[in-house]
Amino acid sequence: MQDHLDELESKTIYILREAYNRIKPLGMLWSIGKDSTALLWCIRKAFYGRVPFPMIQLDTGMEEDEVYEFRDQLVKEWGFELKIEQCPPEEEMDQTLPPATRAAARKTEGLKNLLAREKYKGIIVGIRRDEQSMRAKERVFSPRRFDGTWNYKDQPAEFWDQYKTDFPEDTHVRIHPILHWREIDIWRYTQRENIPIVPLYLSRNGMRFRSLGEKNITFPIKSDASTIEEIIAELEVTKTSERAGRSMDSETEDSFERLRQSGYM
Amino acid sequence: MTDKKEKTGAEKVGVVIVGHVDHGKSTLIGRLLHDTDSLMDGKFEEVQASCKRRNVPFEWSFLLDAFQAERDQAVTIDTTQIWFKSKKRPYVIIDAPGHREFLKNMISGASFADAAILVVDAAEGVREQTKRHAYILHLLGLRQVVVAINKMDSVGYAEKRFNEVKGEVTEYLSGINIVPQAIIPIAAREGVNIATQSDKMPWHKGFSLLEQLDTFSPAAPPVEKPLRFPVQDVYRFDGRRIIVGRITSGVVRKGDTLLFSPSNRSATVTSIEKWNAPHDILSAQAGESIGITLDQPIYAARGDVASHAEQAPMLTHDFRANIFWLGKEPLRAGKRYKIKLATAEATVTVQSVDRVIDTGDLARTEKDFVAVNEMAVVTFHSRETVALDPFADNRDTGRVVIIEHQDVVGGGIVNMDGLADLRALRQATQENLTAVDHLLTAHDRAVRNGHRGMVVWLTGLSGAGKSTLAMRVEHALHTKGLQTYVLDGDNVRRGLNADLSFSTKDRSENIRRIGEVAALMADAGLIVITAFISPFLVDRRAARVAAGGSFHEVYVKADLDTCEKRDPKGLYKKARSGAIDDFTGISSPYEPPETPELVVDTAACDVDDCVGMIVDHVLENAQELLQKNYKEAAAER
Repeated sequence: MQDHLDELESKTIYILREAYNRIKPLGMLWSIGKDSTALLWCIRKAFYGRVPFPMIQLDTGMEEDEVYEFRDQLVKEWGFELKIEQCPPEEEMDQTLPPATRAAARKTEGLKNLLAREKYKGIIVGIRRDEQSMRAKERVFSPRRFDGTWNYKDQPAEFWDQYKTDFPEDTHVRIHPILHWREIDIWRYTQRENIPIVPLYLSRNGMRFRSLGEKNITFPIKSDASTIEEIIAELEVTKTSERAGRSMDSETEDSFERLRQSGYM
Repeated sequence: MTDKKEKTGAEKVGVVIVGHVDHGKSTLIGRLLHDTDSLMDGKFEEVQASCKRRNVPFEWSFLLDAFQAERDQAVTIDTTQIWFKSKKRPYVIIDAPGHREFLKNMISGASFADAAILVVDAAEGVREQTKRHAYILHLLGLRQVVVAINKMDSVGYAEKRFNEVKGEVTEYLSGINIVPQAIIPIAAREGVNIATQSDKMPWHKGFSLLEQLDTFSPAAPPVEKPLRFPVQDVYRFDGRRIIVGRITSGVVRKGDTLLFSPSNRSATVTSIEKWNAPHDILSAQAGESIGITLDQPIYAARGDVASHAEQAPMLTHDFRANIFWLGKEPLRAGKRYKIKLATAEATVTVQSVDRVIDTGDLARTEKDFVAVNEMAVVTFHSRETVALDPFADNRDTGRVVIIEHQDVVGGGIVNMDGLADLRALRQATQENLTAVDHLLTAHDRAVRNGHRGMVVWLTGLSGAGKSTLAMRVEHALHTKGLQTYVLDGDNVRRGLNADLSFSTKDRSENIRRIGEVAALMADAGLIVITAFISPFLVDRRAARVAAGGSFHEVYVKADLDTCEKRDPKGLYKKARSGAIDDFTGISSPYEPPETPELVVDTAACDVDDCVGMIVDHVLENAQELLQKNYKEAAAER
């Protein structure tokens, strides 16, 4: 009998295998956080221990030190191809965006540069519907124009596990294999499968990162959860949203929409 | 079990909320979230602020309508999902846009649901979109449906009004075979009968909405159905061939012999593969993404479906589907599309639009196209053989999505009533051949006769000239020394098919028997010429399958006007006067062959030329093949 986590995993593996069969060339954005690392684990499951396309880090140079350490350690242990894309500086961003949103937009621009150079047709991204109400409206296979923009008012029909896999030349597709997972599922799965995590997620001195981003725009929350088990217990009862520590989500009502529309993850 | 659930989390139930615009779907969702204390801190205040900024009264829909455009225009554009928990289990609520123009988004959302709430305004009653959405629930195969009669406060919580609307809903739903588990009076804005039972309507003796949802269960993968394992890909990472995919129904065990369709090859499972599995895997079941290795290097590729031999999917070129159409361009008879069926893809032609359904009154409309957002029954013809199941038997291998210009433009569930399963026909044919050919082969008979057996199947309208040509062709071939026979209405209807009427079903059976008899006679070495209207592609295709490679379809072509002028038997006259029902060309369709071996146009050519063309075709094929066989036999010696 498949349990709840097995079902989530089976669906994710199905999506990954569809992407690998239908879309070439393919790359995945690995933010080194809990979601994309759990997804990376699913990739190894889908392809029998292999990671058959590159992991890409959009680097702003602003991650916490522990994040870089964890990254280098995991690449060494699991042996996969990592490409590091340096994002353009904040001065080059749209100056009408509020400050934290502007900082986040650096990743969008880094991704655009990468796409223009490497011509990826498919980019796998570890976002989830329950994180944020804009992401809740996403498709699993979600087309973008080559400049990265998202035509959210006219998304493709997607049902019965049949995905849009053919696109015009100037388009790339974002593939979201863990869109159907919740935050608590990620933690239960991480615990069950014994997947390594950046230690910043665990509480030190009464604080921990619930969502991990660049240090200038992400803040830790008050928490005593110092093990995954305690994180799960905390999530069972919390009334605080996951991205409360991410300032770019809520600077203005439409800040995240503007980010996503122009190509943010 | 409890222990396991604590570790993995309880099974969620996906609930889609559907119904007419402004009947209160979003308010209901807001209420469910609020009354189960599922809103995150600050969310309520955020919505309040957003409404205030737009100078509108508090609007629950802003919880879900995250896009600026949705909030500014107060309309749900795309589907979304949001979580809440009852005391029993977690739920994911799927909000589906009500507007007709966003049907594609409504379906994209609703297809994920295990259960549905159909919201109906107590004052307005059943409206257009109520019916359309209910019809789609039926097409999506949703069985767990609860009807919420909303805004009961606006009708003074009156039992009488509730019963009227209840009657209206029940009547429509029963027409599409949906039996709702419950019909509950609610007032979403007031929170009445949402999470708890209310004393506002003491006459209502049932559950509150949430209590009713708690009686539903997540749609379990169909483990008890026959095995279907659509091949997704084949990996050769470590030298082994691992065939991967997700099992859509049934169970596969190590050591099972699997049949791959439509390629019809078999092999035995030597291992079931999952990475990092703690031990040898002996079986896997519906819902699991797995890989398998086989004992033989058979050619299995993406699009094949593995099953057990005794419970294999149907093989066909023709299938009918109940579809919903989302394309901006209408679907039309004769148009070509790509379909996806599990992992298979095929190019199909629309054979016929059998009916377009008005979801309002479920009436059939006679027209030959399906416009955007309409529902219809359509017959498709695929060039390649496809393996499928009727939707009623197996869900995932019984539904197709339709693609045009790279976009999904429709979906449908398969119905094979009255259509042939080529697997059964093939098997029957194979059994015949082994029985007949025990000691003598077709080659032996061909050597004796100087030609091979053949079925020359003439098809065309009444009055096109089939009988005349059949007799003249037979005479010409006989003169040249070939063994021939003509099957026509006169010699078949009197004996073999004397028990058959002229009903649609019996006409089809008539053709089936003729096809089988012709096949046997051809197998016995004769040139068999048949002269029947045989208007339907499906019937002729079955005859082709019965005769194996010796079937030659000759389209005796003449337009309806010409035939009607000729009217040798006076039948058109009778049909026009209404004395004959279902007369081909007048009140029943004729489906011309798509790729006949030969076309003779009797309106354009005279009879002698037409006879000459058919005779040449027969001589060329019946004797050339034989000569080739002689050469091959000589070469082998």
